[in-house]
Amino acid sequence: MLGRGILRGLVETWRNFQGSYYDPARLTTVQYPEEKLPPQENARTIPFLVYDGDDPMAGLRCTACSICAAECPAHCIHIVKDTAKKPDYLGKMQLQPKVFNIDMAVCMECGICAEVCPFDSIKMDHVFELSSSDPDMVLQKTDLAKSNDYFRKIHPTEAAAVDAARAAEQRKAQAKKEAVPGPSAV
Amino acid sequence: MNALDQIFVSLQRALAGLAPVPARPLLAMILNIAGLMAVFGTCFALTTILERKILGRMQNRFGPNRVGPCGLFQPLADGIKMLIKEDIVPFSADKTLHFLAPLALTVPVWLAFAVLPFGRNMSAVELDAGILFFFAIGSASELAVFMAGWSSQNKYSLLGAMRAIAQMISYEVPLVLAGVPVLMAAGSLSLPDIVQAQSGFVLGCVPRWNVFTPWGLAGFTLFLIAAAAESNRCPFDLPEGESELIAGYLTEYSGFKYALFFLGEYLGLFAVTGLAVTLFLGGWQAPAAWLDWLPSWGWFAAKFSALIFLFIWVRATLPRLRLDQLLMFAWKFLVPLALVNLFVAAVWWKWPAPLTARWLVCAALLAAPYVWLGRTWNGPTSQERHYHYAE
Repeated sequence: MLGRGILRGLVETWRNFQGSYYDPARLTTVQYPEEKLPPQENARTIPFLVYDGDDPMAGLRCTACSICAAECPAHCIHIVKDTAKKPDYLGKMQLQPKVFNIDMAVCMECGICAEVCPFDSIKMDHVFELSSSDPDMVLQKTDLAKSNDYFRKIHPTEAAAVDAARAAEQRKAQAKKEAVPGPSAV
Repeated sequence: MNALDQIFVSLQRALAGLAPVPARPLLAMILNIAGLMAVFGTCFALTTILERKILGRMQNRFGPNRVGPCGLFQPLADGIKMLIKEDIVPFSADKTLHFLAPLALTVPVWLAFAVLPFGRNMSAVELDAGILFFFAIGSASELAVFMAGWSSQNKYSLLGAMRAIAQMISYEVPLVLAGVPVLMAAGSLSLPDIVQAQSGFVLGCVPRWNVFTPWGLAGFTLFLIAAAAESNRCPFDLPEGESELIAGYLTEYSGFKYALFFLGEYLGLFAVTGLAVTLFLGGWQAPAAWLDWLPSWGWFAAKFSALIFLFIWVRATLPRLRLDQLLMFAWKFLVPLALVNLFVAAVWWKWPAPLTARWLVCAALLAAPYVWLGRTWNGPTSQERHYHYAE
């Protein structure tokens, strides 16, 4: 109790004080709006819909199967199937969503929709600066659609795996189509 | 005595000279008051922002840096915020006392500045018993704090106020006792005389400031500790310990009344720091003869700022004490040491021995009780702790 601890503490705070002017390790604050940390690869915020090619609506991977809407614990996904079909990446005709809405006021960003999607269509985004003065927080499919390039950029590992699997399936389908020329081969 | 040194004195004389003769003393006084309020009001604003910035740096973060260049307009923003906030008075509060308490805290604190010598010939009132006036005025803040706690009709406020009373009365004793050796040395209760008594140099280079004697160094340390407790500074800010008491006696105050309490607290700190500079650091005297060309008020400001920085530094370092530790520390450690210090000061002045011998004997006389008290004041069981309810 002779004050040695107090002196040691004073030395420590003094080191912090003068070190904060030249030692970056002593001043770790990231001044947010001006400086931003790059997001972690496996970070997730809101869901988005992946599309291939250049036209967002034509290249949408979503087949309106509604598994995500059924699995969503918050029931924030609303899907209406379109009557018109469009070919998917294997050339098969698939359904497509006429309406694909996510109510961001309800979405809790759990990522279950992305996990259950069998078409690698719905994925989790990195954007987080979403505040706006618009009270309507429902995102339409036009707002949700983002390109596969964007997906590759934010989740490179997962996107590479998805791309490889889809390419393999495409090759298999191609081989099947070539292996079945006509009834004479049977 | 150059022109720069006396610039404020001559400015005040010139301005007061503009008035008709019968109004001159009154105008001169008003000018003094206006000058003090302007300087220390600005000082308050600057200290709030600098304290937050320095605390930030000491805790590995930037302080406030958003309002204006480097965050320097932060006090302005805080002031506007405080002014436009709703002033809430509790339904069952004693409305008169609740209103008067912040005033009763702030007014005496301003009065204390009247006797401090801020430079050569620069004290608003030259009282023969200036230090007595200072301590008498300083103890009035206890009343204001209790008024605030009592009138709020809130248990947290009352508990905070009672803590504040216990703390401030306890620490008033070592505060005054630590200052008494200086009065013995100067043989005067007048603050300008005390500064004058510290002029000159020992051995040609060491200034004759009280802090450079063994009793002065001990007295200075005791005085600073007691001053921190008197002005409710960390680590003695128990009256408003938010972890236990929400905000102590400030709980039911909002808006500008809260700001007045804040102002009063900081001004109390400034006043007692100014007194510490005057009593122990040679007041407005330069530390070396060849530095005398700098204005005397500049030296006062430099020493004053250094002490304020020390208080901020200590605040960044130490956690809050427990109430029983706080009171035990005052009565079992500071008061005995201050009494010993009185005796040592008497030895220093009355013993006709060479300087080195006096230094060694006085330092030993202080160090022995320091070590003994330091090891025993918290009781012999200070090492092992028993948690009755946790076991």
